Amino acid sequence: MPESTHYGILAEFKSPETLVEAAKRARARGYRELDAFTPFPVHELDDVLRLRDRRVLWFGLIGGAVGFAIALAMQMFTNFDYPINVGGRPLYPFSAFAVVAFELTVLFGALFPAVGMLAINGLPRLNYPVFAASRFHLASKDRFFLCIKAHDPRFDPSQTRRFMQTLGAESVELVPA
Amino acid sequence: MSLTAEESEHILPPGQSLGDVTDQLARIPLHFPTRRRWLIALALSSLLLLLFFVAVTVLFTRGVGVWGLDIPVNWAFAIHNYVWWLGIGHAGTLISALLLLMGRDWRNSLNRFAETMTLFAVVCAGVYPILHLGRPWFVYWMFPYPATMQVWPQFRSPLEWDIWAVLTYLTVSVIFWYVGLVPDLAAARDRARRPGWQTFFGVLSLGWRGSAIHWMRWQQAYRLIAALAVPLVVSVHSEVSLLFAASQIPGWHSTIFPPYFVLGAAFSGFAVVSMIAIAIRSLFHLQNLVTDDHLDILGKVLLATGLMTAYGYVFEVFDAFYSGGVHEVQTVSDRFFGVYAWSYWGAVVFNFIFLQALWWRGVRRTPWALFLIASSVAIGMWLERYMILVTSLYRDFLVSSWGSYTPTFWDWAIYLGTLGLFMVPFLLVIRVFPVISIFETKEVLHDERKEASRA
Repeated sequence: MPESTHYGILAEFKSPETLVEAAKRARARGYRELDAFTPFPVHELDDVLRLRDRRVLWFGLIGGAVGFAIALAMQMFTNFDYPINVGGRPLYPFSAFAVVAFELTVLFGALFPAVGMLAINGLPRLNYPVFAASRFHLASKDRFFLCIKAHDPRFDPSQTRRFMQTLGAESVELVPA
Repeated sequence: MSLTAEESEHILPPGQSLGDVTDQLARIPLHFPTRRRWLIALALSSLLLLLFFVAVTVLFTRGVGVWGLDIPVNWAFAIHNYVWWLGIGHAGTLISALLLLMGRDWRNSLNRFAETMTLFAVVCAGVYPILHLGRPWFVYWMFPYPATMQVWPQFRSPLEWDIWAVLTYLTVSVIFWYVGLVPDLAAARDRARRPGWQTFFGVLSLGWRGSAIHWMRWQQAYRLIAALAVPLVVSVHSEVSLLFAASQIPGWHSTIFPPYFVLGAAFSGFAVVSMIAIAIRSLFHLQNLVTDDHLDILGKVLLATGLMTAYGYVFEVFDAFYSGGVHEVQTVSDRFFGVYAWSYWGAVVFNFIFLQALWWRGVRRTPWALFLIASSVAIGMWLERYMILVTSLYRDFLVSSWGSYTPTFWDWAIYLGTLGLFMVPFLLVIRVFPVISIFETKEVLHDERKEASRA
């Protein structure tokens, strides 16, 4: 059976606690390609599913640095290119440049992680296999879904399905790719 | 402001299911409940907006001479209302960002419409300096571009800082609002039945599916932007105050100005948030989500920021006498006893006298009473900005340059028009988007239920 015909198997749970418990047991069974779909962030999942990604925070830092550099360069250059003597005050006063430097630090520091977060998440996109699942619309309401993906080495459509039924799921559904 | 453990654990009444809350909030755009009242509000606001467009057309064809400003009072309604609107906007960011970082759960019922308020308050503020230019089509002169005249904007002037601060604030507010809205747009998409709504929310929700790894990155981004937005608010209104404080005018040239302006901004903004919270909860019957406890807390915050603003009043006077400057003292006496004394004492009465009723818990929890007090604060802060502008400018150093200011019909028309410029898009947004954050409300409900089952 070629794996490409399936995306994975979705199991539906009534609470974050049961979802986390099921995810732990799936990990213990040796499944590694897991994902979960929840109506709000469930922090326990980060540990259970071994999620670790700090790139968004790096984007923020880089964005802030870029904004700060642009602001300082812009303000210094304009005063260098067309110097105006205002009562003998310094041409390059950092106290006067601080406001615009701060604003652009914040502007780019907010833009980079927002755009970067969407980009790493692969969004925006119009469709995704899980949307085809019959009960998936509840993932934005009050149901919590665990997914074992088809490219997991231990994935087997019938066995994995049977295993997920033992986890106390409300429903289990095979999702086509 | 200290809450008892009991209050902070249960801001929302228990016994509501996550599904019910989702349906209740997603239903508002999809099956809009109060069509008639909303249409009446929209019609009235559209009239104000129409007035705005008429007044702006008159202004652009005949020039700023249609306003009452003249030398020496050459900054009046335009800058006064700019500061007032921008200040109102700040409370939305503070509620949303500061309280998110502090983990205050009660913010989750208020943040969405508070942020929406911020967006359109900043728009109303932002149009004023452009209108005030006299030749608004030259607004691009504010940006450094390689001009044939070979000059650059002067970055050593607070007037140049202003446009960078306001545009940054507007952009970051839009980003923060939209990033926080995406998961709710997905929830509305999944509830929508009609193809039009499905497409609308489907496109705007960007394909959000609530994946665990997406949530993790989303939260990093959201909290990071929040952490940037808090100092941004402080910087923007401090910068606005520098438009005044960096000049030599008596009554403006003071180091108290940045904190005084930021606190006054938060004060007026929390007043308007309270008014909107009360209006929205009665319009959409959301008493189960915007509870009396929320009003209670808003009342306390309003009282606290009000007292801090009052401290600014005291120190403004102290500063003048401590400096001993003849002109500084003269300005204080002009404010107390001059022809514009009504604006000073009006500000004191509307800002601080009625406010004292909020010491009583019963008043804070009575929607109409809180609404009236909040309206009085909005008026009071409007008078305060007027007072700061006009009483400082109309009599400065030389008697020969003393003058006066009276707003004209077109001054008032544009100001009333900006109320429409605020209300029309605000009403449209609460018509088509979830007015209260769905997923954050569910998060609070779930956490509270877990607490309750543990106890």
